Amino acid sequence: MTKKSNQSRLYVPEPPFRPGDTPDYSHIAVPANHSPRRPDPLCEDHETVEHATSLIRVMRFNGEAVGDWAPDLTPDQKRKGLRDMMLTRAMDDRMFNMQRQGKMSFYMKSRGEEAVSVAHAMALRKDDMTFPTYRQQGILINRGAPIKEMMCQCLSNAGDRLQGKSIPVLYSFRDFGFFSVSGNLGTQMIQAVGWGMAEAYKNSDGIASAFTGEGATAEGDFHYALNFASTYRAPVILNVVNNQWAISSFQGIAAGEGETFAARGCGFGLATLRVDGNDFLAVYAATKWATERARKGGGATLIEHFTYRKEGHSTSDDPTKYRPENEPEVWPFGDPVERLKTHLIYINEWDEERHDAQAEECKVEIRNIYKEAEKMGSLSSATNVNDFTMFEQVYEELPGHLQSQVEAFKEEL
Amino acid sequence: MARMNMIEAIRDALDVKMTEDSDVLVFGEDVGYFGGVFRATAGLQEKHGLHRCFDTPISEGGIVGIAIGMASNGLRPVAEIQFADYIYPGYDQIASEAARLRYRSNGEFSAPLTIRTPVGGGIYGGTTHSQSPEALFTHIAGLKTVIPSNPYDAKGMLITAIEDNDPVLFLEPKRLYNGPFYGDPHTPSVSWAKHELGEVPEGHYTVPFESVRKLSEGPDLTILAYGTMVWVAEAAAKDAGVKADILDLRSLLPLDIDAISTSVKKTGRCLILHEATRTSGFGAELSAQVAEACFFSLEAPIVRVTGWDTPYPHAQEWAYFPGPKRVMNGIRKVMGQA
Repeated sequence: MTKKSNQSRLYVPEPPFRPGDTPDYSHIAVPANHSPRRPDPLCEDHETVEHATSLIRVMRFNGEAVGDWAPDLTPDQKRKGLRDMMLTRAMDDRMFNMQRQGKMSFYMKSRGEEAVSVAHAMALRKDDMTFPTYRQQGILINRGAPIKEMMCQCLSNAGDRLQGKSIPVLYSFRDFGFFSVSGNLGTQMIQAVGWGMAEAYKNSDGIASAFTGEGATAEGDFHYALNFASTYRAPVILNVVNNQWAISSFQGIAAGEGETFAARGCGFGLATLRVDGNDFLAVYAATKWATERARKGGGATLIEHFTYRKEGHSTSDDPTKYRPENEPEVWPFGDPVERLKTHLIYINEWDEERHDAQAEECKVEIRNIYKEAEKMGSLSSATNVNDFTMFEQVYEELPGHLQSQVEAFKEEL
Repeated sequence: MARMNMIEAIRDALDVKMTEDSDVLVFGEDVGYFGGVFRATAGLQEKHGLHRCFDTPISEGGIVGIAIGMASNGLRPVAEIQFADYIYPGYDQIASEAARLRYRSNGEFSAPLTIRTPVGGGIYGGTTHSQSPEALFTHIAGLKTVIPSNPYDAKGMLITAIEDNDPVLFLEPKRLYNGPFYGDPHTPSVSWAKHELGEVPEGHYTVPFESVRKLSEGPDLTILAYGTMVWVAEAAAKDAGVKADILDLRSLLPLDIDAISTSVKKTGRCLILHEATRTSGFGAELSAQVAEACFFSLEAPIVRVTGWDTPYPHAQEWAYFPGPKRVMNGIRKVMGQA
């Protein structure tokens, strides 16, 4: 990437393109057939050093799957993955629009990153606990969590299982292996290591899989997680979703421009993989490799999912204020939905008509579920959440001082 | 019954829980083979196994972080932070995560973990081995903060903490590990072996948090204290010739405000003691709550006796410590004699 000259004596990294620039990524070569070979999942950690600095890819842009990482997935499984990604995208679009209409306070889309969550979830066992960020809703979609309940959580209405306690998208679905999402970034990486240590202690072969964006790898918690995962050979997967942008800060701010995020794992003695996050098959293959390593006692793997955040960070920021408006379109790794679709068509298991019909079907399905969800309340009408529930679940039992405050609150009514 | 000092009582509580519940794990810096810098975990690794009592990297945020993951996955971790002065790297995991997990998931996940950590001065530990940061934790909704003052309570309260389904910060006044400390470092130290609260029942028993312990009963004034200051209060009241209700709070959050206000309404005078710095210390909360509940029964302004608003100095340790003279002055003030 071209580096801008820096007039300041104190070096501060800047992204290659800002609003008004014409983004040009033509110099990035992304050949799928140059992927590093797939080592045995129980290999020595140093045998993955090469994988930390290159990029695992399976699909060529013409849709052909190549190399020894190409996973053994049936066409049905691939179609299921495609549909999950499309359903996730349809839900994101709907919820984003409804936020704009004032139905909820906030929303966060995952457009462009659907393969990271859906393919990853597909490679895990359903009882493996994930510690997601707010951009892995695709895990819930893949695991069949009730979409209406997800929507009700965003609407903070009477159908919200969290009874309005958390902001939209910070879901908690224990039954679907989806740990309560924290709004404090990076904190859950080390908790996932503890979860995995508990699995090992209980002689279970369950594993944990934790996510952070590349931005929050700068938090200490990320380094705690890598260190403890290495020390105790914890059965975990530590995922860095490098979507290039942390709100308005490009990835060079989080870590400098010298090395990949995956390479951080090498110094801790972890297996490390760097994967094209827009390549559904590559994400699946890398995750599968890491699950096998963890389940067989080989310890943790750090995976960097190299992808691109196609939308703003949330409904609260306008990405055209800090990056060129067309950068998402010219990003050289394409779109995860389009790329899996191209692959399915290439292997004669899909076509444009079916694809268009499925897109419409997802849209309608989401619209219908949303209508049902909104009947239970929204910010623009009434949320129908009982205010008194705010005193509950602070502790298991209501302590004396909170009982007094419940009484005091009654006087306000 | 057995004679134990406070370290032995804490170790015994851990041993009892590790023996009866395989979900209980103990870990922290140097706690494994070596048994902890204060010896609280000595012998536990040998008895219960490497995987149940083990060393961690020097990483308090990591220690609390794995404890949260383990606790939410069904275990009962007991983490040791070597000195409370080192707890701050773990503060975010305690305040933002452990204490909030139940709430933000509406009860779907919780973090029933215990964090043990030594607090207070009296061992020439200077700025980094003497702090009493309790007020930084009593401000956190979702966390319980408790502090025993003797071996009997230490064992019973630690078992309560481990069995509690919410996260508990268990503060150990390190000056009391070997015996009660009455505030004068120049008199020979006393051992718990000669004190009735060094009599510790064998096996399992609990001491509930929200239950102040009354050391003495008297009509003159109420003294609220916890940790080391409980014993300083007892000695100072004796020297001052006053008959006081001395209340050992045991738990700061939740707080047994009913017992406190009953006593203050009876005596009409309230002296609050703590070793921590004064401004925004837990004494401020106690003072406010007593004033709100007992204002019309008060015969004198509430008085706080605390450490100064400085870091804990090294050579000037006993000039910082709220010792017998400062407490006596406080008693005179609240009794209207100063």
